[in-house]
Amino acid sequence: MSGETGGTTFLEELVAARLLIPTGVPGVVGRSGAFERVLLGFDALVARVTAVDGAEVVRFPPVLPKAQLERTGYLGSFPHLAGAVFSFSGTETEAIDLAARVARGAEWSDLQAPTDVMLTPAACYPVYPWVAAAGALPPGGRLVDVAGQCFRHEPSSDPARMQSFRMHEQVRIASRDEVVSWHAGWVERGGEILASVGLATEVVPASDPFFGRAGKMLAANQREQNLKLERVFPIAADTATPIMSINYHQDHFGRDFDIRTSDGEVAHTACLGFGLERVTLALFRVHGLDADAWPDGPRERLGL
Amino acid sequence: MEDPIRLVIADAANLDVEISTLSDDDDLFEAGMTSHASVNVMLALESDYDIEFPERMLSRAVFRTIGTLRAAVAELCDGAAA
Repeated sequence: MSGETGGTTFLEELVAARLLIPTGVPGVVGRSGAFERVLLGFDALVARVTAVDGAEVVRFPPVLPKAQLERTGYLGSFPHLAGAVFSFSGTETEAIDLAARVARGAEWSDLQAPTDVMLTPAACYPVYPWVAAAGALPPGGRLVDVAGQCFRHEPSSDPARMQSFRMHEQVRIASRDEVVSWHAGWVERGGEILASVGLATEVVPASDPFFGRAGKMLAANQREQNLKLERVFPIAADTATPIMSINYHQDHFGRDFDIRTSDGEVAHTACLGFGLERVTLALFRVHGLDADAWPDGPRERLGL
Repeated sequence: MEDPIRLVIADAANLDVEISTLSDDDDLFEAGMTSHASVNVMLALESDYDIEFPERMLSRAVFRTIGTLRAAVAELCDGAAA
């Protein structure tokens, strides 16, 4: 494992090795071909291992309808993380004004207005309204494989805390008992997938970064009920960073979107997600910055 | 006279049942109060009693029953008076 010597941070090492490309905005980084090859290798590994489950595969864009996010309570729980897309639809005079203000470095955002879309905060959000629109669940519920770009407004110099990143998720929508048993099974299974590429992780109870004092109450609730578990790995420092999370939402999304089981009950949901950039960073951390020099086992599993 | 704490909870907890059917020891979460609704109960009690729940009290144990909430409000009101 490469250490942080001589004051060089892991982020600086990654940039020096040309794996990450800083943009000037904290947490918004480009990735090199070498980085991407590993990331896509892990993404494909998840798809290969979970193929036996027969999940329905679906992909959504990095934006979702604002109305969908409004229905979930996300803006109440995470107003500080949400990103809304604004754009210009003014007059020609206003357009000239906008350009002039940009040219002289003046504030111009008041000439923009909100659009109908927001940035997707987690890959699974568009899944619930899509499932709900199909009507009651079939017996046994549904299992969905979804992946995509996610956005969280949390600027940080920690290379493992990006504002824009990819997540590969499995989402279970079914009766309470079916969801609880699926959720429990993934705690070990997720660890096995990560261990198969050389990442030894620990499971810790966790909570989402809910906003404010009300958020402290929600986080305490989440931890006390063991609703969120994370598999953590020390990526950039001594602190352990979650690289996979397993979330049991109870009937939260079932109620938000009125998803019903074949028995007419409100559906329960759970999801597990791998943070693809984080898993990739962990791999570079544990095996070194040159993927060509990694051990044969992980290289083979990742298709490198 | 109506019990003021019960009125606040009835209004904010979004229970599946009438609050009059619950004793002070019945579990509000089992009676349909969600985590988000428990936050509304917290905010409503803070506003009505001019108190602030400290972080150590933001737990399911404190919000589980009318009785535990009554004790918490009493403790915080005492603290304010002292």
